[in-house]
Amino acid sequence: MNTQANTVPGSFDAQAPPPAVFSASRPFYWSVRRELWENRSIYIAPLAAAALYLVGFLISTVRMPRQMRSLSTSAHETLHQAILTPYDYVAGLLMLTAMAVGLFYCLDALHGERRDRSILFWKSLPVSDTTAVLAKASIPLVVLPLITFVLIVAAQWIILLVSSAIWLGSGLSVGTLWTEVAILPMSMMIFYHLLTVHVLWHAPFYGWLLLVSAWARRAAFLWAVLPVVAIAFVEKIAFNTSHFANLLVNRLGGGAEAAVTAADSMPIHPGMHITLGRYLSAPGLWMGLAFTAICLAAAIQLRRQRGPI
Amino acid sequence: MACIEAYGLRKAFGATIALDGIDLRVEEGRILGLIGPNGAGKTTALNAILGLTPYQGALQVLGRDPWTQRDQLMRDVAFIADVAVLPRWMRVSQALEYVAGTHPRFDRAKAEGFLAKTNIGHASRVRELSKGMVTQLHLALVMAIDAKLLVLDEPTLGLDSLYRKQFYDSLLNDYFDRSRTIVITTHQVEEIQNLLTDVIFINRGRILLDSSMEEYEARYLEVVVHPERVAQARALKPIHERQVLGRGILLFDHADRQQLGALGDVRTPTIADLFVAVVGGQVSQVSQVGQIPHIGQI
Repeated sequence: MNTQANTVPGSFDAQAPPPAVFSASRPFYWSVRRELWENRSIYIAPLAAAALYLVGFLISTVRMPRQMRSLSTSAHETLHQAILTPYDYVAGLLMLTAMAVGLFYCLDALHGERRDRSILFWKSLPVSDTTAVLAKASIPLVVLPLITFVLIVAAQWIILLVSSAIWLGSGLSVGTLWTEVAILPMSMMIFYHLLTVHVLWHAPFYGWLLLVSAWARRAAFLWAVLPVVAIAFVEKIAFNTSHFANLLVNRLGGGAEAAVTAADSMPIHPGMHITLGRYLSAPGLWMGLAFTAICLAAAIQLRRQRGPI
Repeated sequence: MACIEAYGLRKAFGATIALDGIDLRVEEGRILGLIGPNGAGKTTALNAILGLTPYQGALQVLGRDPWTQRDQLMRDVAFIADVAVLPRWMRVSQALEYVAGTHPRFDRAKAEGFLAKTNIGHASRVRELSKGMVTQLHLALVMAIDAKLLVLDEPTLGLDSLYRKQFYDSLLNDYFDRSRTIVITTHQVEEIQNLLTDVIFINRGRILLDSSMEEYEARYLEVVVHPERVAQARALKPIHERQVLGRGILLFDHADRQQLGALGDVRTPTIADLFVAVVGGQVSQVSQVGQIPHIGQI
């Protein structure tokens, strides 16, 4: 069949399309799409969070002209903070939402398909376990950060435009507002923050959750949390040290220190300096990524071996 | 090249032996019924063939090792594992899109054609469909795949008889041709007897009977014996005897049809009846049947 198709260039044999025409990325693309079909919370939850925040912001704008006038006489730093607060909050809210969605998504990603036996349907199609697991891993590591980024930027633009209108109406200087906000560099910093912290630094969490999801027969959440707590607990009792617990806290809350110069704040402000070299040379980053790779490899093997539960 | 070739296929779950070293050869263009009680090893054998479980022994499906090459194999193999496996959240249109997106041999127009004959709407979710409709949908998806091997594991479980009949009718009329191979397991044996070209009985991980239907019909005969001839018939060593409405029905292996004709009405036993004779009487009969496990290659 294929020989015939090959000898007649340009002809398309619908009965037997040569496998080469069917590019390797197609099963991956469709696997990601099917995750979005099944888990609509991936985009609905961040959208809802952004919408909620904007509603709150719109209500708060009633107070805005008075607040800004009263602050216009105070120190520049105070004004700067007051102006930037809504931009920071919407970014923080959406990032936390994405983390929560990613957490629950990963716990169910390889567990749900075994529980409802649909894994037998997925496996009846020519999609490898590697493709399936990597497509699932791409949700918290690629899709959610991108959705978060787009929504943050969109929400910040809406906030900026609404604020501009209000400042104009109140006779405040819109130029000051735009100078303080610096929306484009802010977007770049948000992207950098999402990439360095939420994707690369947090990747081990998602890898671990996917592994547990592939392994656990039930109560995936407990299996994800209890062993971690147990290790920290045993370490404390046995050696009276907290290295493991510190490691986790640092992994969850930290990670940004090496990426920018300001250590104690969310690195989304244009005033901060990107220190990519220092970030990339931190061994913790690479150990975390290695751990992620091991978790994903194990999850692929488990998906291959395990049937419905 | 045979479609499925297994030699010494073995699989154990802990101390339980699900497959006890079976040999199997299924040629292209056959419709094989894999018959056995629950826990006989049918599903394990199918899982091994489909690359869903690791195994010991040699197994080739369409020239490939299913365990290491499942994703490539699935380009040429389609299977329906159970009626309940289509994801319940999925819309019919999404199922079509997804299979079209991932399967190079899927003909979407063909699937739409099958669906047009049903009451299934494209916007429906699988959870909103009745059990029979879910099976129709799955069959529409599978029949639109230009596969070389189709594996059906209890495809009609939980369906009423009308749907079961439709299922097998469309399978035969719209799908099967001599270049495809179909392997079916089911408990409703009587419904597929006329469909099959080959039959395999499996019990406790072993193959008890492996025969083409032509050989089956030539070899096994059932006689509704006149009451006064029962002793005479028993002398011919039937492999099984049962009483229906006060009349003895004796089942013979390799008997002379003319000789039996003198004893009563001669007919081909149903697979279900032979199955009871072979598997039900396994304690006493297993050696008799077991000695000839490969009556001709299928």
